[in-house]
Amino acid sequence: MRAAGLAAVIAVVAVVACRAPVRPPARAWQAFEAVAGVLQSPRCVSCHIPGDAPLQGDDGHRHAMNVKRGSDGRGTPALRCATCHQDANTPAEHAPPGAPDWRLPPPEARMAWQGLSNEALCVQLKDPARTGGRDLAGLEAHLRDDTIVGWSFQPGPGRTPPPLTRAELVARFTQWKDAGAPCAASESHVR
Amino acid sequence: MPSTTLIVNGQRKTTDADPRTPLLWVLRDDLGLRAAKYGCGIAQCGACTVHLDGDAIRACVTPLARAAGRQVTTLEGLPKGPLQAAWLAEQVPQCGYCQPGQIMAAACLLAHTPRPTDAEIDDAMAGNLCRCGTYLRIRRAIHRAAGGTP
Repeated sequence: MRAAGLAAVIAVVAVVACRAPVRPPARAWQAFEAVAGVLQSPRCVSCHIPGDAPLQGDDGHRHAMNVKRGSDGRGTPALRCATCHQDANTPAEHAPPGAPDWRLPPPEARMAWQGLSNEALCVQLKDPARTGGRDLAGLEAHLRDDTIVGWSFQPGPGRTPPPLTRAELVARFTQWKDAGAPCAASESHVR
Repeated sequence: MPSTTLIVNGQRKTTDADPRTPLLWVLRDDLGLRAAKYGCGIAQCGACTVHLDGDAIRACVTPLARAAGRQVTTLEGLPKGPLQAAWLAEQVPQCGYCQPGQIMAAACLLAHTPRPTDAEIDDAMAGNLCRCGTYLRIRRAIHRAAGGTP
């Protein structure tokens, strides 16, 4: 009788222990949420779109002139991105912003995260098939080194920069990556 | 001021203009090539379209430095051919102000897409505005120049 009771207690404890959430990687997830706030900002999401028509402005309206992604992400014949976008911002309000090799992601690797939840964005970023072949280290380098990403933080007049500095963005991405890149606040939900 | 050398309509040209000067002003004021027009000054209308190494660009926002050592083609230097003939045959221009830019954009399109569809024409020409509304004649002229049915 006593042994049966003890076994029952052990069983209950075991079940509870298994169901109890593992210590949540809350800090890593918070870091990712900060990263997501940047990636979902107008400066990034205007070109990280599922369709072929890039967006403009803080309100994300469709790019004027019916501009399209094109076969290489750099526009269509006679209306390439570089038709108007220079290597640096044009110093006039409402004039085209600029950075070297202005472009969208290519059609075969759209890296589209417009409208995704943070969780869905997280899962996508961990799938090289949906990041143009980049693993997390590759994405980290993209955020740290790519000139067009750098433009986002100095977008010129009339455009709101992302909510973090570039250094803060990279630091939080690295924090999230190095913590195992969780896709939720609790590891029990890590995908 | 450092000088900048570029190849304009096949001829080597050197200018001492500030490298930040919009290419449009170098072409028009320094080199006397007035086909490319000033419209909006912020790459919204296409009146200033010229070619840089064969690609259409808006000269009003392109700094001279970008063209250094490269091939610039204006309407004056575009080889006479079926495109200009088609423009005349279809009587495309009304006031004419935007037409140099329209023709340069069309030439770029045909160089990349010799037999464009209506949709391809619309995509390519959407950045060139015409306040007279000659768009349908422009489309017909491009088809004619391509050897297709206008």
